[in-house]
Amino acid sequence: MTRYFARKLGLYVLAFWAGVTIDWAIPRLMPGNPIAAYVDRFALNSQGPWTALYKLFDKAFGYNLPLWDQYWHYWDNLFHGNLGISLYAFPEKVTTMIAQAAPYTLALLVPAILLSYVLGNRIGAMAARRKVLDNTVLPLGYLFQAMPYAWLALAAAFYLAAVEHWFPVEGGYAAGLASGFTWAYISSLLYHWFLPFLTVFLVSFGGWSIGMRNLVIYELETDYARYLRALGARGRLVRRYAYRNAVLPQLSGLALQLGTVIGGNIVTEVVFNYPGLGHLIYTAATDQDYALLQGIFIFIIVGVLVANFVIDIVYIWVDPRTRLSMQGAAA
Amino acid sequence: MINKTSALTRLGAAITAAALVAPMVTFVASGSAGATSLQAPASFPRNETLYTSGTAYSPPTNFNPLDGGSRYTGTIGLLYEPLFLYNPITNKYIPWLATNGTWSGSTYTLHVRNGVKWSNGAPLTGADVAFTIGLAKTNPAVPYSSLAPYIKSVSANGNTVTVNFTSPPPYTDWQDFLWQNAVLPKVVFSKLSASEQVTSANYARGKSPVATGPMLLVSTSQSQACYEDNANWWGIKQLGLKFHFKYLCDIVNGSNSVELSALLSNTIDWSNNFLPGINTLMTTGGDSSFLTTYYPKSPYMLSANTVWLEMNTTKAPFNNVNFRKAVAYGINTQSIVTGVYDGIVKAANPVGLLPNLDSYVNRGVVNKYGFHYDPSLAKKYLAKSGYKGQALTIEVPNGWTDWMAAQDIIAQDLNSIGVKVNAITPSANAKTQHMINGSYDMMLDNNAQADATPWSYFDRVYQLPIQKNDGAQLNVERFSDPATWALVQKAATTPTTDKAALNSIYSKIETSFLQRLPEVPLWYNGAWFQGNTTYWKNYPSSTSSSDQYTPVMWGNWLGAMTTVYALANLRPAK
Repeated sequence: MTRYFARKLGLYVLAFWAGVTIDWAIPRLMPGNPIAAYVDRFALNSQGPWTALYKLFDKAFGYNLPLWDQYWHYWDNLFHGNLGISLYAFPEKVTTMIAQAAPYTLALLVPAILLSYVLGNRIGAMAARRKVLDNTVLPLGYLFQAMPYAWLALAAAFYLAAVEHWFPVEGGYAAGLASGFTWAYISSLLYHWFLPFLTVFLVSFGGWSIGMRNLVIYELETDYARYLRALGARGRLVRRYAYRNAVLPQLSGLALQLGTVIGGNIVTEVVFNYPGLGHLIYTAATDQDYALLQGIFIFIIVGVLVANFVIDIVYIWVDPRTRLSMQGAAA
Repeated sequence: MINKTSALTRLGAAITAAALVAPMVTFVASGSAGATSLQAPASFPRNETLYTSGTAYSPPTNFNPLDGGSRYTGTIGLLYEPLFLYNPITNKYIPWLATNGTWSGSTYTLHVRNGVKWSNGAPLTGADVAFTIGLAKTNPAVPYSSLAPYIKSVSANGNTVTVNFTSPPPYTDWQDFLWQNAVLPKVVFSKLSASEQVTSANYARGKSPVATGPMLLVSTSQSQACYEDNANWWGIKQLGLKFHFKYLCDIVNGSNSVELSALLSNTIDWSNNFLPGINTLMTTGGDSSFLTTYYPKSPYMLSANTVWLEMNTTKAPFNNVNFRKAVAYGINTQSIVTGVYDGIVKAANPVGLLPNLDSYVNRGVVNKYGFHYDPSLAKKYLAKSGYKGQALTIEVPNGWTDWMAAQDIIAQDLNSIGVKVNAITPSANAKTQHMINGSYDMMLDNNAQADATPWSYFDRVYQLPIQKNDGAQLNVERFSDPATWALVQKAATTPTTDKAALNSIYSKIETSFLQRLPEVPLWYNGAWFQGNTTYWKNYPSSTSSSDQYTPVMWGNWLGAMTTVYALANLRPAK
């Protein structure tokens, strides 16, 4: 057991180092010069102030240092919890921006993923053996899953918000509201949350239910299921065993989705102008905001690693094969 | 033995519970971590609030008038104010924080308005103005530091400020300074180091920056900044200007589709977004009678800047004037105006100066040397140009959909006269980089902004020496014409009131421009404005005799042109 976790932990540390290094390198490989583009926003009429400003901001962001120095400073700052200053929203701290955006993304995606996981698996499993469901819910699932998500979201925003006015068009809450523990504010949050939530839920629900249906059908045709039936076991018991086996790959998928949740859903958040992390990634990438982009990606890296670690543990709990192999290894 | 079925069921139940609880927990968290409230009301009453959008591309984190990169909409105009305003519609200056300014030889004397108070209660004095001007000499990073070599001394005596210049004085550059830059509070900015003066956010949450303007900052969140009327603003008593909304909230831009939906659903009253097809919405009637633009008909919008075709004149075939003429005669700009923009922009005159500078354009020169769409003439010029059929590129930033469509038309037009052109779309930053280091063939560009004289436009065309690292984007086409550059410099040191002398200089520059075509002006981008009359009425309009003001909140318009007058004219719709 200890060796198992030690090995895993070693792998995670290695993955973290690699992830953070790539995270540092990728923005710097993008074409264009972020500081030049930033000073460009000043719309200056002469070269003198341009040069002075360029030097000032280049130094402030440390981009005047050799790359190795920049890399070293990056790790140093990271261990001090300092993710740097945003260029796009200068001079806001990256940590502040992430802290402001993260609640929106988590509130949007965690319920959408979890609810769609639970309902999608249930309904997918049921559809595997009920013709009616298989012919009604599943085609819908296929439809939602195959539909380009951006199109679905835009169509929803257009018809349900801009045309029918059932939902707000954009934003995290109504413009003009101050945040606080007021009913007006909280209800406005929920009202703005529902439509993006619904579109994410529908698409992932389609994915989960189709996957589960196919997995259960496969499991019901395996030797152990046939053997059980030959022994005269009731259908309910056979299905329960099939479900438990079928859910394992789904669980890995869930872990991955939850791990990347902190990255937000870029398309949803851009379409609905929802102030979460996906929206921030989008703007950080277009504005070449290295620090902001790196900061968010660090959270994604950590999220994926933690989710994988958790799922390793959950596997021990739900999959006897893992547990037995570990006991074998320990013995 | 563990009952695994129940373990799974419990897991499922836990997940479901988490799913239902998560939104509440995280929303409560966002309540505390998200928006910052100052003394703002719990909600801004809709009928007392003007919602504006279309100008801010990042959250309100910066209210420093010297940080042209990040300062939020309203920093200049609502909080900070310049000495004069410029009215591009009448082409006149309006005394603002100064009551007048006069030249006497190389000395400029300014009278600072009496009765103006900073929001901390202290009066605005000549010392603040002298300090602001003096920064040009002490801080090379302020936008107007190009004035430094010409300023000999600045002094203030009460509300009188005297600036001594070298001879001849930089009349035009100084005139531009007077309306394009805000007066800073000495008490705040003198305590900052030179780099802090430019990089400080000038904003502590909970406090409106110390400023003189018509509004105070009351709250910021990730998605908007809200201002409240400043009851002590000098303009109320001295100019009789009063805002009839109590609050103004400027919302951070979303995508074009989001902004259009927000305008149509009455969330936004005043939109400065480019909304393609807005004229179709307005003219097809139906349910769009609540929309208004500056002109009721094409071009709908005031003109804001000139889009021109830059050619890299350091290399063949662009270094040949016949090739540049072939390009100019070969592009059907009208098909861009109608095909891409559906008539919400205007084709540029061949010189490219914006309509507010018409009085500087010599019609005779334009008629004699100006170009127009004529493919057969274009082919004749091309034959004389030494062009050997090499493949060329033209670029615009990726995602600028109108420009992408326009450059496709340009590439088509040029291909049809026999120039091999490929349209490419690098990222906006990559395109800027190509412009700065001169690694491009052709590109569309609009870096010459609206101005009160033709000087900055021609400065952008002709400035010498050519910079290797051309960050300020002057002479991007890298065209060397010392004789015309000398004329541009002469214009800069000619008194702005000596219109006859200026017109004679500008006629010569225009002649040279049209004969040698260092740039090919194509069309004028609009000062995009759409008003929604559901909550507010009396938006600026060309058809109103009393309300011809600039309906634009963009940074270089709001606090420099007549947008404050436009805001003061708004009335509740009900």
